Amino acid sequence: MNNPILAIRHLSVTFNHRQTVVDDISFEIHAGETFALVGESGSGKSITALSVLRLLPNNARLNAEAVNLHGDNLLNHSEFELCKIRGRRIGFIFQDPMSSLNPVMTIGGQIEEVIKLHFDLPRDAVKQRVLELLQQVEIPEPQQRIKDYPHQLSGGQRQRVMIAIALAGKPDLLIADEPTTSLDVTIQAQILGLLKAIQQQTGMALWLISHDLTLVSTMADRVAVMQQGKIVETGLTAEFFNQPKHPYTRKLLDALPLMQSCLAHKTEEKPPLLQVSDFYCYYPIRKGIFKRVVDFVRAVDGVSFNIQQGKTLALVGESGCGKTTLGKSLLNLIPGSGRVVINGVELNALTGEALRKQRANIQIVFQDPFSSMNPRMLVGDIIAEGIRALHPKASSDERKARVRQLLQQVDLPTDSALRYPHEFSGGQRQRICIARALAVDPKLIVCDEPTSALDVSVQAQIIQLLKTLQQEKGVSYLFITHDLAVVAEIADDVAVMYQGKIIEQGSVAEVLTQPKQAYTKKLLAAVPVLKMDH
Amino acid sequence: MVVLWTDALIYLLIVVILALGLYLRGKEHIKRPLQQISRSKIGMVSLVVLLFFVLIGLLDSVHFKPADDKKNEIISLLDDWATPLREHGEKTYSAPFATTLYSKEMMTLADGSMQWGYPRLEFGGRHLSNPEIEKVPDILQKTVYGLAQGASLIGFFMLLMWMLLVEQHKRFMRSSTAKTVWAVAFFMVSFSYALIYLSGYYHVFGTDKVGEDVFYQAVKSIRTGLVIGTLTTLIMLPMAIIFGILAGFFRGWVDDIIQYIYTTLNSIPGVLLIAASILMVQVYMANHEAAFTSVIVRADTRLLFLCMILGVTSWTGLCRLLRAETLKLREMEYVQAASALGVKQGAILLRHILPNVMHIVLISVVLDFSSLVLAEAVLSYINIGVDPTSYSWGNMINGARLEMAREPIVWWSLTAAFVFMFALVLAANLFADVVQDAFDPRRSGNE
Repeated sequence: MNNPILAIRHLSVTFNHRQTVVDDISFEIHAGETFALVGESGSGKSITALSVLRLLPNNARLNAEAVNLHGDNLLNHSEFELCKIRGRRIGFIFQDPMSSLNPVMTIGGQIEEVIKLHFDLPRDAVKQRVLELLQQVEIPEPQQRIKDYPHQLSGGQRQRVMIAIALAGKPDLLIADEPTTSLDVTIQAQILGLLKAIQQQTGMALWLISHDLTLVSTMADRVAVMQQGKIVETGLTAEFFNQPKHPYTRKLLDALPLMQSCLAHKTEEKPPLLQVSDFYCYYPIRKGIFKRVVDFVRAVDGVSFNIQQGKTLALVGESGCGKTTLGKSLLNLIPGSGRVVINGVELNALTGEALRKQRANIQIVFQDPFSSMNPRMLVGDIIAEGIRALHPKASSDERKARVRQLLQQVDLPTDSALRYPHEFSGGQRQRICIARALAVDPKLIVCDEPTSALDVSVQAQIIQLLKTLQQEKGVSYLFITHDLAVVAEIADDVAVMYQGKIIEQGSVAEVLTQPKQAYTKKLLAAVPVLKMDH
Repeated sequence: MVVLWTDALIYLLIVVILALGLYLRGKEHIKRPLQQISRSKIGMVSLVVLLFFVLIGLLDSVHFKPADDKKNEIISLLDDWATPLREHGEKTYSAPFATTLYSKEMMTLADGSMQWGYPRLEFGGRHLSNPEIEKVPDILQKTVYGLAQGASLIGFFMLLMWMLLVEQHKRFMRSSTAKTVWAVAFFMVSFSYALIYLSGYYHVFGTDKVGEDVFYQAVKSIRTGLVIGTLTTLIMLPMAIIFGILAGFFRGWVDDIIQYIYTTLNSIPGVLLIAASILMVQVYMANHEAAFTSVIVRADTRLLFLCMILGVTSWTGLCRLLRAETLKLREMEYVQAASALGVKQGAILLRHILPNVMHIVLISVVLDFSSLVLAEAVLSYINIGVDPTSYSWGNMINGARLEMAREPIVWWSLTAAFVFMFALVLAANLFADVVQDAFDPRRSGNE
């Protein structure tokens, strides 16, 4: 234990000579342990990892007393020598398995490349090693898979290939930068299990970088929390989660949504606001020169549900199950078929101008707060857009007053109206999007993963805001999400979606505590639960 | 004052640019890239060079009939100022700074006898009595004199500006970019003043086959180049923007039709179309001689038609880019949010799509400009460009190519056209690079 694999002393990284991203941090990683670096986005955790391998962008300046790998200061090595360390002694797994693999090389070729770079082996031995690695990361039928291209693999399998590439150099230290963030819950559990297993086999150290505290609590031996470039707290996982010392850590832990909170919801019946029955949304698959329709992608396959006035229905499912398609086609953004009745008006009978008038009833808040606002428009104009379109008679003073009022409702300063979207943080942008949706007094807001691009503490604030608005205005939500913990916080009812169909629905307490379907049980089991007692 | 067709369009263009400037003033997303451009040394220097060319082009676009004219001629402000240069024609070729013709001929001496030799020029170096000895010192002296005059002129202006500036602007003027810009402006003004001064006594770039001053030709060609570069874009832009955005936004049969049009247009060789339309104009002008009495009006009509046909053949590239970008933008969530709010499709196009493709338009306009200037030279070279009587770099090159085989070679027409064209196109390209860096959202973020 006295001889750490990696020891970082007084590391700082500055961008463009002014913006300090990593501010004088020091820590050690020992052999065989899992060390987790936790922090919100922009806290500098990825930059710390990149600076160990000196993979920083050109405008960054690195400053450190020492970065020791087995007592050997990496800062004294030339770029050429460092190339032999990268991949050989330190392996690296990136966040996005979609863009980290070369799309025009076979996966076997990509693993081979690393092996050839670091080991002088005959061809047969290299092939043998590639097979071994694919077996190690539990890819089924590695013999056939070796000639596959990345697009032929699923997201989870791609991440497994990334791990195989990282393991190819037999590293002593594996850096995993948010290895499961872009994956579904069930896949995430598999990948984490795999990492644990491999670590036990090889005895290497694992440096896990994550924003997800619950995930860290199940994986890590030691934890360090980063805030604005500084490490504010370090400790053994058990101590850390049971007796957090730093106020920031406590704030982070408090912001975590809890599964238990679903029991607190009241279950009084209210009249239904939205009734959807037998809703279908098919994409045609066209082939041949005449673009004949040969088959359909059944994105939404016969769905029926109700939403009560002033209540929240959560639509849960893994990526690709059709939940976003359903949400968008309720607003007629994607054509769908089936009966949709809101507030007594049947929507699918309407077209043209009549439909445009009914638009006010349902609004949407998107997942990505960065692409959901026109970067060339002022915030005030963005919010006023709906008023302008649906109430063309409103005078400009009335509009301004309304925008001011909306900004206050979502807790933003009123002078925000004269600023551009890029001047706001992710959470603030999501507030603007909510204000834009509220502007036309909708009865129902479709929230399409509104919090999944946000940090934990911001996520908690947005959920609180949504709840408050529901109490004040009696608006209903269709809350689309993959995060069951968030569902527990906000939803009254839950519908679980799987391959275009709703397989289970009921009140939140029922579904989350006594799931009936096997798939729901699997989903619930895969959710990492904060382990308080190690 | 006489307003030719291209003049009118140039005035319109200036009005449009001014209006656009007023409209975009204070828009944050435009201001930031502009500030980035204003901080770039290369960008500002090339802008100064471009503006210098534009100024000459504008002077050459104000046409009028002189009051005391007998030849029924239309001249521009530039012609008016360059009258001595315009009228100081020689008999035929003469080298730069020459005092005699380039070829030998029989000449009558003062005593009446005949001699085979190089006759003195009528205007170039006329003030010298003994050119062999006096020429070099005279040129040097006049150069220094001209430089000094130019330098003091621009120096006086700069001093005046410095005194009139408020403190806030003065701070901006002290930045290193501003200093470089001033240095370039200083150099350019004094250098061109010296050239103008010298050209009063010599043919600084020589004369061409019919004895016309090449320096004057090269300067007059600036307007032709600029007109082709800018008016063509003016004609091309509406087509590219409207078709591109409509095709990308509505898809379906609208997209099919527009794609069909531009793939068809793209597969016809542009040169053929241009040759055909130029022929058409010539026939039209021959049939309506009464409307085209003056040489300059004829040349102007042909220039305008060249611009139009170049515009019609060159909008497809930008249209494709815009269609692709619109296809991407229409799936953006803010467009979906707008349609969820019940915003009409026309408003979505104007408010959400158009402003977000403007950076592509801007970049391609600046890039296209230089390629169009070069295209003019190529087209004139194969005789389907501008009118042979009008001044253009293409015509200069075309005229000079026949003399390339001559011994000794006549090199100055080609060189003068090359130097002017190179300066303009290089400045435009460098400026385009800077504009592209500033407005491309993927690049402007990281310094």
